[in-house]
Amino acid sequence: MGTDLLLFYLFGGAAVLASLAVVLGRNPMHSVLLLIVSFAALAGLYITLGSPFAAVIQIIIYAGAIMVLFLFVVMLLNAHREDALLTPGASGVKGPIRTGAVLGVVLAAELVWALVKAGQAPDGELAAGAAPNVEALGSVRALGLLLFTDYAFAFEVTSILIVVAMVGAVVLAKREL
Amino acid sequence: MVPLGHYLILSAILFCTGTMGVFLRRNVITMLLSIEVMLNAVNLAFIAFGRTMGSADGQVIMFFVVTVAAAEAAVGLALVIALFRHRETLNPDTFTSLKW
Amino acid sequence: MIPLYIAQIGILFATFGLLLVAAAIMVYSERKVAAFTQQRYGPYLVGPSGALQPIADVIKLIFKEKLMPKSADKAIFMVAPIISATAAFAAFAVVPFGAKTDLFGLIEQPISLQVADVNVAMLVLFAITSISVYGIVLAGWSSNSKYSLLGALRSTSQMISYELSYGLTLASVLLIANSLSLTDIVNAQSGNWFGFIPRWFAFLQPLGFVIFMIAGVAETNRAPFDLPEAEQELVAGYHTEYSSTPFMMFFLAEYINMVTAAAVATDLFLGGWHGPWLPEYLGWIWFVIKIGAILFFYIWMRWTLPRLRYDQLMTFGWKVLLPLAALNLLVTAAGVIYFGH
Repeated sequence: MGTDLLLFYLFGGAAVLASLAVVLGRNPMHSVLLLIVSFAALAGLYITLGSPFAAVIQIIIYAGAIMVLFLFVVMLLNAHREDALLTPGASGVKGPIRTGAVLGVVLAAELVWALVKAGQAPDGELAAGAAPNVEALGSVRALGLLLFTDYAFAFEVTSILIVVAMVGAVVLAKREL
Repeated sequence: MVPLGHYLILSAILFCTGTMGVFLRRNVITMLLSIEVMLNAVNLAFIAFGRTMGSADGQVIMFFVVTVAAAEAAVGLALVIALFRHRETLNPDTFTSLKW
Repeated sequence: MIPLYIAQIGILFATFGLLLVAAAIMVYSERKVAAFTQQRYGPYLVGPSGALQPIADVIKLIFKEKLMPKSADKAIFMVAPIISATAAFAAFAVVPFGAKTDLFGLIEQPISLQVADVNVAMLVLFAITSISVYGIVLAGWSSNSKYSLLGALRSTSQMISYELSYGLTLASVLLIANSLSLTDIVNAQSGNWFGFIPRWFAFLQPLGFVIFMIAGVAETNRAPFDLPEAEQELVAGYHTEYSSTPFMMFFLAEYINMVTAAAVATDLFLGGWHGPWLPEYLGWIWFVIKIGAILFFYIWMRWTLPRLRYDQLMTFGWKVLLPLAALNLLVTAAGVIYFGH
């Protein structure tokens, strides 16, 4: 029990700190690398939640492929120079900041309300565990069965989506068609 | 066992961080990175709920979210490259030709 | 009676030490085999027939001066070799190299000679191979020099392209073996057909084996796919600006990646530690022999085949290897359904 909580705080804290650094950092190159750290921390959290397949998928696809794409774009566009955050003194910026702050408070309030309501299951339990078939939960076989029976349509549509995205990316980034 | 509420609050914090990034940053690539942070927060919530309900549905949906995020990142970055070729800058405030 | 966790820590340190020794042996044997291929002697001064040459190399590298270009990004420059070396060692953590043994009753329960026996071992291997791309691309980028950047970009696109064929071949083996755990896959290859042909997956999937070997060579940036670090074209590619200990990290990472690729190929296709005439607990001897054969093949290929040009390399990876790997997967799936294991 103690080690579970400790691992949660460790990985969770790393994820939050890394995400804050991504958002507030000046250098986009460092932001990309810190986001990879955040993904690794989240993968650790998935392992403690008993989903090793999800953790490995996170590393292979997110940290191993999508972030390499981001790195390539940052390197090729030479976007590594530091840029400033939205400075309060700039013109025409007070309106968006006020609206953003109000919306942010509304979002935070909604999330907290939603979480408190969701956590109150009919029997009032907030525990993430004691699942009836935890063993089968994490197994790749269970995932595969679900993927190819209940979610088969979504699976096929996703493959078409990927093809469309590939074609779209190639066409958009060309110099002349 | 770590209570479900912990995971959900962590997911909410990450989501708000990502949203803050999308609003506050003036660099298109960092905005896309913040969107990825938001998607990750959602993934965490899905897997936590899936674990609570004792089914593998959470992981399946996370799988789909990751795939869609990959497709969106690819197309988004291609757009960034095309825009950069046009204006040589990554500040989204310069792409305001449609404003009156 | 040694408790289980002490035995596991012992295996951890033993694996680490063995990997370092293996890298040293690889350095020496590469130079010797290269020399004999080119009809010259190779190292023969240091130690009996040059056997202590790797130690001399290490000592020389440690005593060199550590350079850093002035306009390099310091943090990333120093982190890149660490990522490379760490990923190389971490990938070997899930590779089993011996049968379950309890050292003649010394340990409480039988443990397999593997640092971590996870049941998604194949996927973890794939994930860590994806991470090792970062060491190279960050090294090339942070050196702020054109040779490094070009070498890094070429190497990165090569590695992520050949990872696809690598993954599809892994999926084909998964179909036959019905498990993601490498220990289970090796144990599915025990026994013989007709009494003398071992049940290796290389015989069930010859095309898969060939594709895996080619993808492994491309993943480890070895010839004939070594344009990223080609001495004649790119000075030294992504590790141009590195010297002394960081350079040693890259060097070490490359050789350990080779050892890991050979070990995984042995586990997946050549039956791991199973072999005739030796009892089960000495299976690691067969493992070492098989890895040695594959690594000899790697070194032999380097000094025999000409280097592929970058666009030829990418064309080969996407237009030839990937369709073949997909075809292999389809045929394997059909075979599994028809023959029904």
